[in-house]
Amino acid sequence: MLHGLWKLTWIELKIFLREPLGAIGTIFIPVLVFVLVGRAVGPKLTPASNAANSFIGVGLPVLASILIAISAVLSLVTIISIYREGGILKRLRATPLRPQTILTAHVIVKLLLTAATLALMVLAGKRYYPVGIHPPLVGFTIALLISTCSILSIGFLIASIVPTARFAQPIGAVIMYPMIAVSGLFAPIALLPPMLHALAIVVPLTYAVSLLGGIWRGDPWSAHVGDVAALALVFLVCTALSAKVFRWE
Amino acid sequence: MRKTYGATVAVDEVSFEVNDGEIFGLIGPNGAGKTTTMECIEGIRTPDRGAISVLGLNPFRDVYQLQNRIGVQLQQAQLQKRIKVWEAMDLWASLYGKRAADGERLLEQLGLADKRNAWFMTLSGGQKQRLFIALALINDPEVVFLDELTTGLDPQSRRAIWDLVRGIRERGKTVFLTTHLMEEAERLCDRVAVIEHGRIIAMDTPQNLVNQHCPDRSVILSTDDPQAAERFRAIRQVEAVTGESELTIRGRGDDLVTEVIQCLSEHRIRVTSFRTILPNLEDVFLKLTGHSIRD
Repeated sequence: MLHGLWKLTWIELKIFLREPLGAIGTIFIPVLVFVLVGRAVGPKLTPASNAANSFIGVGLPVLASILIAISAVLSLVTIISIYREGGILKRLRATPLRPQTILTAHVIVKLLLTAATLALMVLAGKRYYPVGIHPPLVGFTIALLISTCSILSIGFLIASIVPTARFAQPIGAVIMYPMIAVSGLFAPIALLPPMLHALAIVVPLTYAVSLLGGIWRGDPWSAHVGDVAALALVFLVCTALSAKVFRWE
Repeated sequence: MRKTYGATVAVDEVSFEVNDGEIFGLIGPNGAGKTTTMECIEGIRTPDRGAISVLGLNPFRDVYQLQNRIGVQLQQAQLQKRIKVWEAMDLWASLYGKRAADGERLLEQLGLADKRNAWFMTLSGGQKQRLFIALALINDPEVVFLDELTTGLDPQSRRAIWDLVRGIRERGKTVFLTTHLMEEAERLCDRVAVIEHGRIIAMDTPQNLVNQHCPDRSVILSTDDPQAAERFRAIRQVEAVTGESELTIRGRGDDLVTEVIQCLSEHRIRVTSFRTILPNLEDVFLKLTGHSIRD
């Protein structure tokens, strides 16, 4: 079933890096901003300012991870809709390629780029944010992989049905960014008004934030079984749905 | 088969058979239902009604099996802007469950060897079209589908591509193509089906269609022999002779031109110019539908 997956992934990665601003926009600019802010703010942080520390120490890495994952989703949605509009998907359809293979190839490319960006950020963070945090990197990477796959699967679904490339980015943004607001990243979910509280429970990002934050703080995995289950459910439902509603043209 | 889009009937009761090893053309104006018909046969669309069998397979049920054995060139398809020619060939070759044709040789035959490292977006229209033909042939298919393959190309590229298509037939493949260019159909196809408003209105070899529907022939020649017109009128197939020094001889049947030439030599009529006007598929279409294919 996955005939051509690796070749397609490799080619898509190369094509992405050939785009003007492809690598620079997705990898170097986020890292650069991170480093610049770190150099400006880092030295002023003292262990005394607890509020700042809890944000820099936990909130920031989680926010950065989520933002990078969302930008990967938006980019996935845009690419698929450009492919659909340009007749590239239609051409691929007339081969034994399955839609899952095409989406999987793009997801792998996005995961690789996300991983590269975050690895650079971690390196930069060690140097410029001397707050003295020692997060469990392996665990966090796994948590991030689970979260990103789940968020990307929402992207699949959007990508499967968005009609034209012009709408892809705005529709994706309108769906994804508000999720951050209720995800518990900025305000504890318990403090949200009841309606937003209910919304937070159905928004998959909530579970990603809880999982990422928890693992970063050093929680055991057993404390986050529910989060992982919720993210897995989102992944399964969105993938199954998108396979059903996938439009080639 | 029959295929509708909402209230629009795209293809209605279309039925035909394509023989092994022939170039079969579906011809008709834009919007006649050519592409819909072809895409149903390729398994890309599902007809509302009807039965299709390609190489003994059902294009809807056995689509992946079928796609392994056919090659497809789609109208208005694109590839990734920055994919290189050789990468596209390599990717396509890896998609099929069987051994692929020699991609490098295909590129050479199609005149793309020096473009193998070029990005798709930098290719000219003709080069893109040739690449799509190469991709359609990469799995050494038994049937090749070509949809409007020379639309938008200059006459020179068009001729080069016609030669390529004949080459495909010579390798024992079956070619099914659509075109709205009557010249293309006439030069290329062993048999054609004329489709209009989703219905097939005629089907035969181009020559038979012309003979059957447009038997009229004309010879136009210049002579100063005053008796020439009288001599031509005596020929059995001739229906009318008009003009003074330039005579237009109208008649029916394939023999007309031969008879006129025999008459010239028999009566030692000297001519300063001589040309024939033969009907073509364009005229057949006009005759069958009452309007030109370009309208």
